[in-house]
Parts: sequence; C-alpha cells; structure tokens
Amino acid sequence: MIRFVFVRLMRAVITILAVVTFAFVVLRMSGDPAQVMLGPDVPQDAVDAFRKTWGLDQPIWIQYLAYIKSIFTGDFGVSMRDKASALRLVLERVPATLQLTLPALILKLMIGIPAGVYAALHRQSFADRGVITLAIIGFTVPSFVMGLVLVLIFSVLLGVLPSGGQDTWMHGILPTITMSIGGIGILARFSRSAMIEVLGQPYIRTASAKGLKWRDVIWSHALPNAAVPIVTIVGFMVGSLIAGAVVVESIFSWPGIGRLLIVSVSNRDLAVVQCILLIIAAAMVMSNLVVDLLYGWLDPRLRSHAGH
Amino acid sequence: MTALIEADELVRIYEVRRGLFGRSSPVRAVDGISLAVMPGETLGIVGESGSGKSTLGRMLLGLDPAQSGEVRFEGSPMPKYGTSGWRALRAKMQLVYQDPLAALDRRLTIAAQISEPLDIHRLVPKEHQAARIAELMAAVGLRSDQAGRFPHELSGGQRQRAVIARALASRPKLLVCDEPVSALDVSIQAQVVNMLRDLQEKNGIAMVFISHDLKVVRNIADRVAVMYLGRVVEEASSDVIFRLPQHPYTKALVSSVPIPGKPLEGRVILQGEPPNPANRPSGCAFHPRCPVARDICRTSVPALRRTGNGRTAACHAVAGETASVETLRRRA
Repeated sequence: MIRFVFVRLMRAVITILAVVTFAFVVLRMSGDPAQVMLGPDVPQDAVDAFRKTWGLDQPIWIQYLAYIKSIFTGDFGVSMRDKASALRLVLERVPATLQLTLPALILKLMIGIPAGVYAALHRQSFADRGVITLAIIGFTVPSFVMGLVLVLIFSVLLGVLPSGGQDTWMHGILPTITMSIGGIGILARFSRSAMIEVLGQPYIRTASAKGLKWRDVIWSHALPNAAVPIVTIVGFMVGSLIAGAVVVESIFSWPGIGRLLIVSVSNRDLAVVQCILLIIAAAMVMSNLVVDLLYGWLDPRLRSHAGH
Repeated sequence: MTALIEADELVRIYEVRRGLFGRSSPVRAVDGISLAVMPGETLGIVGESGSGKSTLGRMLLGLDPAQSGEVRFEGSPMPKYGTSGWRALRAKMQLVYQDPLAALDRRLTIAAQISEPLDIHRLVPKEHQAARIAELMAAVGLRSDQAGRFPHELSGGQRQRAVIARALASRPKLLVCDEPVSALDVSIQAQVVNMLRDLQEKNGIAMVFISHDLKVVRNIADRVAVMYLGRVVEEASSDVIFRLPQHPYTKALVSSVPIPGKPLEGRVILQGEPPNPANRPSGCAFHPRCPVARDICRTSVPALRRTGNGRTAACHAVAGETASVETLRRRA
C-alpha cells in the first residue's frame, strides 16, 4: 500500500514537472514579455535592461534550470507587473474561485447523480427521456453560451440577478449555475449508464431472488457497484475545482484564478502564469491519486492489484 | 404426494422491436407449459438456446410474471412479484446462475455473500451465524480460510460452490439451476454436479436443472422435459427418455450424445435452420427440421399427450392414428 502511494506520488511529480516544462517553453516562445510589458515604442536599452533584470537574456535552458531550482526551494517567482510574490497573488484569488466552484460541485453531485440513478431505475419512462434530453442539452451547450443566455434571461429581461461582479451572494448565483449545468448533464448520463449496466448483472437479480427488498438491492448492491465510473468523473470535477472557472469568471467578471490567468497570459506575466498552471496541475494530479485510492476501496479486485 | 411446485399453462411473450421504427413482433418465449416437480425430485429441462428454458426457470421462481397461467408452490398460488409474501417465499426457492462471477457481488467477501440470505430472512441468530457459514462452506467443499476471500480470488469452480452455498443458506425446498456448470471446465463440471446431487439427497431439495448439455442432465435428473420453441415436446423419466426417445427432436438430441467406449451410431443430423423464436413455423414448430414430417405437421399443432408409462410427447407421428384421425375428422 505504502509502495503504491509512493509510486503514484513519484508519477504525480513527473506529471507536474512535464506541465511546468511545457508551460515554461511555450510561454517564452510565444511572445516577448519585455515588448508586452513596456509597449512597442520603448528604446532598445530599456528593453535590454528589462531582460537583464528578469534574466531573459540568458539561454532558455539556463533560465529553465534556475526556475526548477527555485521551485524546489519553494520560490515561485515574482510578478513582473507589481513585483509581488506570484504565489501570494495566486493564493489570494483561490477563495474567490472556490466560492463558485465548490457550490457548483455540490449542485452537480446533488442533482446529476440522483437524476441519472432515477432515470436508470425508471428506464424508458417519460422521466428517463426528460433526464437524457436535459443532460444532452446541459453538456453540449458551451458555458459561455449558457452564461450569456442566463444573463439575458435573469439580468436583462427579468432583472432579478446581477450580471457580474462579486459584491453580494446574489452575484454568485448565475456563475455557479452556469458552471454546474454541464457537470450535472455529464454526471446524469454517467450515473444512468453505470446504473443500467449494474442493474442488468446477475447478482442484482440474485439479490432480489434472495428476497432482499428492491430498495435494499439498490442501496447495498447496485449503487456501490455503479460508483466506480461515477467516482472517476467526480474525481476530474474535484481536480478542476481551481481551474474550472476560467471562462465563467471572465463572463461574470469574477475576480478568481481564472481571470488572473487570462490577464497574466495576455501580459506575459511569466511567473504568475507558471504558478497558476503548477497549482492547477497539482490539484488535478492529487485528485486523480485520491480517485485511485478510492477505487481500491470500492472494488476489491483493484485493491489486490495495487497491493502487489 | 402433492407437487412442491406446479406450473399450469404458463405463457410469457416478449415484444421485440427491430430498429427504431420497426414493428414489434411477439416472441413466444414460453408458450403454454405445464409441469410439476415433487419434493426432492430433480426435473431436467433441456433444449437449444432460445427455446425458453431460462425464462421458464425464472417464471417458476416468480421472478418473471406469467402473462397467463399460474405457478403454485406447495399448493398455493405464487404471490405477486415484490410483495412481502413473495419475498418471504424466497427463502424456500433459490436460483443458481451460469456465470458465478457475475452472480456474486465483487465487493463482498464470500462469507458476506453467504450470510446475506441469513440476514434477510433472519434465519440464524447473529452469534450462530459464523458457525452456519462455516457449515455451509464445508458442505460445498470450500475451505474455511476462503471465507474472507473476494470472488475474483477464487477459481471458477470455487465460485460456483460459493454461489451454491449462498443458495442453500436459507434451507430452500426448491433450487432452480440455470446452466450451473456450463461455464466450468469439464473436470470441474463433474465435481459440481456430484456435489449438487449429494446436497440434494442429504437435504431433500427439489431441483429444476436447466441445461443444454444432455450428458449432465442424464447424470442428475430423475425426469427430463425437452423444450422446443417455448413448448415441452416430450417429458419422461431420465432413464426412458435417453434409452427410448419418442419425439423426433429428442431422438436427434439423444443420438448426438457420445457414449464412452462406443462409436457414435445412428446419429440423426437435423436439417434446416435453428429455430427463431420470433418467427415460429406454423403447425408443429419442429416440422421444417423434422425427418418424419407429414402434411398434418405443417397445419396442426400437436398436443402434448400421454403415451404410456407416465410419458408424454407432442408429435403427430408418436401420438398415433387417433390424433390424426381426430384432426382429419375435424377438418372434414
């Protein structure tokens, strides 16, 4: 078990390192921070001085090694824009993002899974078809369209909810709903198909042939077995709690990590962008690790594989 | 002696729709079957795939409702599916499936699976449960150290033993085994069949043993019913049916079973296509493949009738002249 966790942790570190490396190279290839920060009309010596200050005059592999070294000592660099610690800038924004993504995750779980399970239990019924249709609409309509439609209805036409900003809890409603709709659709689809597959298994029929009440068959045999694919999807959703709000935060001018990421990319604020990507990758990788551990708990077959 | 379980003119029709806008066509999976099983007796049910064997098994247990006809257990009609009376009856009748891995919940240990019927029907006080589980596992030939194992950690034969132990936990009077050994190696098959027979004799359980494998049925069944497209075409004691089959379909089946040490003689090879339950031939459903089919077989469905010595068969050729004379007279 310990060995399993250790191997997975090492793999996680390698994954994060790959993400960081990719981001590092692409950011430096795709634009010159000096040009973006200082503007097009500055004299060449000002550009040179800027480059020297930030070490951009060095060959890229030297910059890279220095960067990796500083990461391992806990130094995530300084924002080129306001000279503040990049890590601090990013962490300041985390609560705002979580204010949207956590309630959205709860909505996804509390609506998506029960809707899918209900549809599976009442297959071919009117409710089942309704759930499928809504689910497809939910995850095929992109969030920027969904967000604008909701703004049009609730802010422009009805005037009951604010269309942007972070002043009151009312401001969080539309972005949270926008963000949860796609996830609700995905979870409903997955829970439905997972349940339908499990319900067709002989051990379910055997359980009711043993005289177990249908309710208990569902709770003690069907749901736990259907949980494996559902947990996979939920794991991804948890992993994207921090990153998942880029588009929605921009639509609703919500000052979270997503907005910071977009602003920092367009400013070529290298340290901040890299820091955000690192945190997003780490969150994703960690939640995958937790999902893997959950698999073992849910399915003993996978447990023994992990043990060896 | 009264029958433990009786089926009376059971009918089960499935509507099968082909394609999105296709018209639904009825599949008569079980088409008017009557049979009875005495306490402690084993009835073998044989037939090709699609002959309705498994549907019949589920209907006998009340897992699949009959569209018409009735199942009586110990003289009283089967309660409605899902009612508390129906659930209480589950303790007395159990089911063993073909694929033991699928029949076991992969998340639970063997001991937990075996103890579930005990919990459901509150049969054994908690403090005696472990002892009862150990007893059941010993009865099916599982080692006591396998109690904590998960299904995937056992071999196929061991899994089927666990399934059987679970089925026996509530001390049932009837066991419906639906192809219980078809997924197992031949050597393991014999072990499991012998074990089933021992357990049955020891506990006086009646058994409905569904299989397409005549060798296995011959080994275990007291009586055999042969099914063809949802109907019983012949029923007789196991000895008789394998020695002197009457129905041409049974003859073909029996002739295909090799006997050790002897060359396969007098083999009847069936012509024509295997039966399609959605497209049932007119008259006797077997007539397109029957070597002795006559005109009457194309138009008139032969009734299952007694042919002496407690045997029944549904064939114009077997039923003799009385049947055809009767039918001719009716048509005239």
